[in-house]
Amino acid sequence: MAQSIEPQAIDTSARINRPDDMYQMLIDAHAGLDDHGSMKLNAKLVLILANHIGDMDILAQAIDLARTSAPYSSNRQQDVS
Amino acid sequence: MPPGDLAAPEVIIVGGGPVGLTLALDLGRKGHRVVVLNRFDFIAAGSKAICFAKRSLDIMDRLGIGQRMIEKGVIWNLGKVFHSDAEDPLFQFDMLPVKDQKNPGFINIQQYYVEEYLVDALADYSNVDLRWGHEVVGLQHHDDSAAVTVRCAQGEYSITAPWVIAGDGSKSPMRQMLGLDFEGRVFEDNFLIADVKFTEDRPSERWFWFDPPFNGAGSALLHKQPDDVWRLDFQLGWDIDRDAAILPENVEPYVRGMIGDDVEFEEEWYSVYTFQCRRMRNFVHGRVIFIGDAAHLVSPFGARGCNGGIADADNLAWKLDLILNGDAAPNLIASYDYEAIVTADENILNSTRSTDFMTPKSTMSHVFRDAVLELAKDHQFARPFVNSGRLSTPVSYPQSPLTTPDADPWGGGVMPGSPALDAALGDGWLIDQLGDEFVLMTNGGGITCEGVRVLDLAEHENAAAVIERYGLTDGGAYLFRPDQYVAARWHSPSLDEVQRAFQTAKGARSGSIN
Ligand SMILES: Cc1cc2nc3c(=O)[nH]c(=O)nc-3n(C[C@H](O)[C@H](O)[C@H](O)COP(=O)(O)OP(=O)(O)OC[C@H]3O[C@@H](n4cnc5c(N)ncnc54)[C@H](O)[C@@H]3O)c2cc1C
Repeated sequence: MAQSIEPQAIDTSARINRPDDMYQMLIDAHAGLDDHGSMKLNAKLVLILANHIGDMDILAQAIDLARTSAPYSSNRQQDVS
Repeated sequence: MPPGDLAAPEVIIVGGGPVGLTLALDLGRKGHRVVVLNRFDFIAAGSKAICFAKRSLDIMDRLGIGQRMIEKGVIWNLGKVFHSDAEDPLFQFDMLPVKDQKNPGFINIQQYYVEEYLVDALADYSNVDLRWGHEVVGLQHHDDSAAVTVRCAQGEYSITAPWVIAGDGSKSPMRQMLGLDFEGRVFEDNFLIADVKFTEDRPSERWFWFDPPFNGAGSALLHKQPDDVWRLDFQLGWDIDRDAAILPENVEPYVRGMIGDDVEFEEEWYSVYTFQCRRMRNFVHGRVIFIGDAAHLVSPFGARGCNGGIADADNLAWKLDLILNGDAAPNLIASYDYEAIVTADENILNSTRSTDFMTPKSTMSHVFRDAVLELAKDHQFARPFVNSGRLSTPVSYPQSPLTTPDADPWGGGVMPGSPALDAALGDGWLIDQLGDEFVLMTNGGGITCEGVRVLDLAEHENAAAVIERYGLTDGGAYLFRPDQYVAARWHSPSLDEVQRAFQTAKGARSGSIN
């Protein structure tokens, strides 16, 4: 009866077909904002997108990816290649 | 010293606050010999708690003082949240989403009235001895009893009982006598309570402000109490002079900022409080059991302190009753430890999150908080994130050792481990019919089980609402515990299944006491 549902894996393939435009869009969104305003804009973006995704499993994977993909703490080795 | 049986009580309750008194009344009604020891010989004048939740009202109703509380109290179901200087609320919420129940979602009433009503009700029970001005100063623990040393005007004496309950408040001397402590967080913030009296026709709603123009330091709250008393609450920040903060000349600007310059008001009670979200690791220590603030503390946002403590008393009373009557083994108490801790953890989690939202501790949590508030104005999706206090609702224990999980598929109804959901029944209410013993609620089917009272809906007028709310088909049944929690449910139970669930609910699978 009880069916175990595999949590969906986050899609990390390149899905944006005009990456430069999309990147520019993000940068432009912050034009004229001070650091605090920029932080708030990013926070709003995260909230809007998180709500659109609406899946806690995907969001948890995204947070994990974001935290582990870059050196965020000083005791981590900087990967210089 | 009182004569006769009360020299040998079955239960000693240390502390005559709302939680200890609730337990005393529950046990007293069940005929047990109880001694309540309270350090002071008066009821405190300032009211800490004012908001009493539906579940507490259902419990007090079962104990016979619920309607007196509701008659005196201010009924409210609606909360409004404001942001900055906007006059219109960001949004509002309803505390009683399922209508047509006996008791309202919330009432506001001063804690001292509740204590007074409990004391009045206890006067009917000569088996309960309230001793005012009796302070517990020592504790001796034995294998199957505990003794306390008591200091009173006449001197010192010692008294022993199989169970000693510590309901002696947040600083709990009993906790210290056992060398035990709290674990959890202390918050670095001060809040000002200004309970003031004024007559004005404002709606009885909970109004909460984030960053209002009249309080530069943060949030504010306005709430109505009986007797034209209003609770005004202001976040003050950490680095303040607490004695100066409650001087009338310093309180006045806050009050004026909120209610305006033209309203005449009178001081009722000014106080500054800080808070912690912490609990003991375990609430049961051999024959000593902790309840209420002695066991756990939360921030006041969410009204989970007293309501959570009343839930402890409700959970503990019937278990002690069964054990004292020989109807359950003493290890049933282990389930109190489990269930009261589940409750405390949910209350601590919610009140910690509310506090973090209201008083963000890092730059980034402040940024997210402001982002949510700004989005919430125009976008419905952001409103559920706004946290001005998640107000006390009853806690469920689906994983409790007393709960029998569903074997049948259920689309809705009330899950095992959850409290009864009230509905109209006959010319009264379901919760009146459930009372305070084990009840098998059936929809026909004709099962009877020794030790369990049957409530057959098929024999009641006006049972459609109950049948619908519980998702009952013909022959279906729910087993309720004496605290009106669902222990098990079936579409078509056998007698054997009911008997097993009944034994389970009486602690057959409960662990041992530490
Ligand atoms: C500002 C504020 C607002 C609050 N608002 C709400 C609210 O709206 N809703 C809500 O649910 N909760 C609220 N609370 C929490 C609520 O007030 C407490 O949770 C509640 O009082 C706990 O009751 P208690 O019986 O466990 O402890 P207490 O009320 O502290 O009672 C303990 C009793 O034990 C006695 N005692 C202590 N030591 C001894 C001893 N050695 N011997 C004998 N007796 C002793 C004390 O004198 C006292 O009478 C609020 C708290 C604060 C501070």
